Amino acid sequence: MIDVRTPDNFEWRFVLVAMGILAVGVLSIYSVSSGPASGGHVPLYAKQLVWILIGTLAFLTAVAIDYHKLARHAYVLYGAMLLLLALVLVMGRSTRGAQRWFALGPFAFQPSEVAKLVLVLVLAKYFADVQRSGWIQRVIVPGLLMLPGLILILKQPDLGTAMSFTFIFVSMVLVGGLHTKALGMGILFTSMLFPFVWELIWTSLHDYQRERILTFWDPMIDPAGKGYHALQARIAIGSGGLLGKGLDEATQSRLKFLPEGHTDFVFAVFAEQWGFIGVLVLFALFAALIFLAAEIAFKAKDPLGLLLAAGMLSMLGFCLMVNVGMTMGIFPIVGIPLPLMSYGGTTTVTSMAALGLLLNVKRRRLTLFY
Amino acid sequence: MSKFTTQHEDFKNLQRRLLYLRMGLLIGLLLLSARLWYLQVVKGTYYRALSEQNRVRTVALKPARGLIFDRHGELLANNIPSFNLYLTVEDIRDKDSLAAALEDLIGLPRDETKKRLAQQAKSYVPILLKAALTLREAALIEGHRLDLTGLQIQAESQRYYLHGPLASHLLGYVGEVSPEQLDEPAFEGLVPGSIVGKAGVEKTYDRVIRGTPGEKTIEVDARGNEQRTVEIVEQTPGNDLYLSIDLPLQRLAASLLGEESGAVVALDPTNGDVLAMVSSPAFDPNVLSRSLSPAIWEQIASDQRHPLTNRALQGQYPPGSTFKIIVASAALESDKWSADTKVRCTGTFPSGNHVFRDWKKGGHGVMDMYQAIVQSCDVYFYNVGHRLGIDTIAEMARLFGLGQPTGIELPSERIGIVPSTEWKQRVRQEQWYAGETISAAIGQGYVSVTPLQMAVATAAVANDGTLYKPRLVRAIRERTTSRLQEMPPQDRGTIPLKDQTFALLHESLRGVVTSGTGGRARSKMVEIAGKTGTAQAVGARPSQTGTSHEALPKQFRDHAWFVAYAPAEDPKIAVAVIVEHMGHGGTFAAPIAKALIEEYLKTLETDDRRQNTGQL
Repeated sequence: MIDVRTPDNFEWRFVLVAMGILAVGVLSIYSVSSGPASGGHVPLYAKQLVWILIGTLAFLTAVAIDYHKLARHAYVLYGAMLLLLALVLVMGRSTRGAQRWFALGPFAFQPSEVAKLVLVLVLAKYFADVQRSGWIQRVIVPGLLMLPGLILILKQPDLGTAMSFTFIFVSMVLVGGLHTKALGMGILFTSMLFPFVWELIWTSLHDYQRERILTFWDPMIDPAGKGYHALQARIAIGSGGLLGKGLDEATQSRLKFLPEGHTDFVFAVFAEQWGFIGVLVLFALFAALIFLAAEIAFKAKDPLGLLLAAGMLSMLGFCLMVNVGMTMGIFPIVGIPLPLMSYGGTTTVTSMAALGLLLNVKRRRLTLFY
Repeated sequence: MSKFTTQHEDFKNLQRRLLYLRMGLLIGLLLLSARLWYLQVVKGTYYRALSEQNRVRTVALKPARGLIFDRHGELLANNIPSFNLYLTVEDIRDKDSLAAALEDLIGLPRDETKKRLAQQAKSYVPILLKAALTLREAALIEGHRLDLTGLQIQAESQRYYLHGPLASHLLGYVGEVSPEQLDEPAFEGLVPGSIVGKAGVEKTYDRVIRGTPGEKTIEVDARGNEQRTVEIVEQTPGNDLYLSIDLPLQRLAASLLGEESGAVVALDPTNGDVLAMVSSPAFDPNVLSRSLSPAIWEQIASDQRHPLTNRALQGQYPPGSTFKIIVASAALESDKWSADTKVRCTGTFPSGNHVFRDWKKGGHGVMDMYQAIVQSCDVYFYNVGHRLGIDTIAEMARLFGLGQPTGIELPSERIGIVPSTEWKQRVRQEQWYAGETISAAIGQGYVSVTPLQMAVATAAVANDGTLYKPRLVRAIRERTTSRLQEMPPQDRGTIPLKDQTFALLHESLRGVVTSGTGGRARSKMVEIAGKTGTAQAVGARPSQTGTSHEALPKQFRDHAWFVAYAPAEDPKIAVAVIVEHMGHGGTFAAPIAKALIEEYLKTLETDDRRQNTGQL
């Protein structure tokens, strides 16, 4: 059922902010992919525009289908998602020791990105259905719900997505209702478990992932080797200075000293070109998006809507924090894309679908009174 | 109702906790901004410098070394194009696979490459991996350029010595500047890998012929590929040297020595020009100028015949009977002896409890100074030495320039020994024994000289006393202005001998060739004056008298000396020849001197004739 009401002021603002961030992303991708395109004759920024087009469709679809209807099928969707995650381990394409992608002709589809959306949906449904009380209902059961997905993602292995997965879970459990006392217990419990969990995670990691985490502490240990990504990103950002170098003089990205400039390190490209002032503008856009999303959640008509919006917010917010944090050297490099800016089909489409779900919640907040 | 309330309160709680999430994210953004402020504003300049260092490389533009010519403008050393393989350590992605690939492609030992990579500290300065690649090797490297990041092939000029080992000691060779040298002021402004002279005139005139390096600043991408040129400071080629060497004479001298160890020095007694300077065995400077493997170096350095030693100025030999020229001068200048003083030579000279023998069994009979020089009578000079004492002889020897550097512009000249009572006390902390004077009087014992010193001394006899500093470089041509800058002859003063002394020396040295021990130097073309000498080889030698020369193992045989000048009445060339372990000087060394003198005077004549006809 397509909602045909004309968008109001709020929705225009929301869409404009999102478009602004998308545009900045395309510009940054353009600036590193100009010149001879790497692999194939279609330049990356053009491909990204196609992804945004597909993302717009996903966005409109996500706005249109009533989230209550979606939530009704949450458990089924989650089951299907787990099946896909299991399948990718068997049938997926393997790159750099990680098996994350389904090859669909020329495209690659990463089910773990979509899994985050479905996780938000299923947790929102769980917490909104009945008033949950007590330890078991509030933490253990949703934890058991999340665990198979997490394990399958770790199995690929995809550390970044696994971390987002965990963060989404924790923030939704917190928002969904944990008393202060329970929170303290939870923290105590987690910190006791941490060494074991860490051991489990650490041993399941590939060598390159471990090295990334180690060199995070000191990229200068091996500037040409494992610390190379971290160091070059830091140089790119730092050399941007207050006002940036502009597109032509941004040598770190133009001369490809900065690896992965179009994907995970797109923020560093932007920071080198536009400097501190430019990044503040970009941060203002992201802050606006956070405010608007939080307002949607706040004004949602029911717990399901609120939790759904809060989940989307925490998913996008977490990726933003970790991605920017890792390019600036305050998180290890874990391979999380910057939402709405990094090049990539699955991440673009998923992020835009998340925006669509947010707007969906906003649109349905008055229907109760119809 | 109550359900609605709980529902309502619960919803309020949800909203409250939602605000925490929002606040957390906003605080996160603030923290990120603070970090950004630190990176971009506080440390901005630092990272800007790092990014410049990433982007910009400086490539040294090596200047072509100056050319070296002989006295007739014949080319001795030039530069030929060469493909050199360089490596920038910073651009390497994988050292192991690079080392493996280099072994496969051009046969560079894997371990050696790794060792060199490990030594390299300044990682963005390209290091020379291999000089003089063949075209095939260069093509192989170029074909794999995309996999082998950091490698670069540069077309550069390589020093080339056109005549191989000929005059190698004199020209020297070149090589990469050493890390220690880079700290010295003489090598200021050079980058690691610069080519400098390592020996010979290449070393002493290095600053003249080195040229000034230029610098090219380029922008590179992350793979080290050149993107564009930012700035160029052109290099200036080095200046050319015109040596005093006469190439045909040098070639002849080398071929006359052949396989024997020894040295030949020929000087122009009128100005000190070094016409020829040969040390045998020689080395090929072309081989030494390439970057050598340690194994080849080891082989050259440990050669028992010491090909790297320039015997003309680093070989110190007892002068043997050639020293009699100096002893005779000392006697004639003193009031204790005159040209007419006669001595009966019976073949022996007792001194203390030792008996010194003459080289001729049974002796020469009654001798005066002239006859004693012509016949090289040892007993006569034993008497002279005994009368004069060592210090008088030493004083004269120093006037002839012995025991001091000749001042030739070549590295590591040695000065020999002029023994005296003072010398023995200072060096050996012993007193001088009278018997030691007797050996010294015939140029044995402690006395030692270099062939170059003897050549300079002989030239001084020929020109009546001017002690020239050997001139190796006659002129320098500045590349930028093409101006020829002449180097004037330099002398170290005059030997203050009476005219009669010189006259007697001239007469008796002529007699040596016409009727004495140097008969094999007699020439139909020109009158030659000379003196033979036999230097006892240092080392434990079986010393029974009467053992014939040929019966001895070669390393114990005496060295053959001959010094000469010609034409006797108007000297144009002075020669000193020493051939190691060849016995009596008259037999082997004299013919060499004669051949050189004849050849040189012949070319002088044709040159004169050519000049005269040219003027007509």
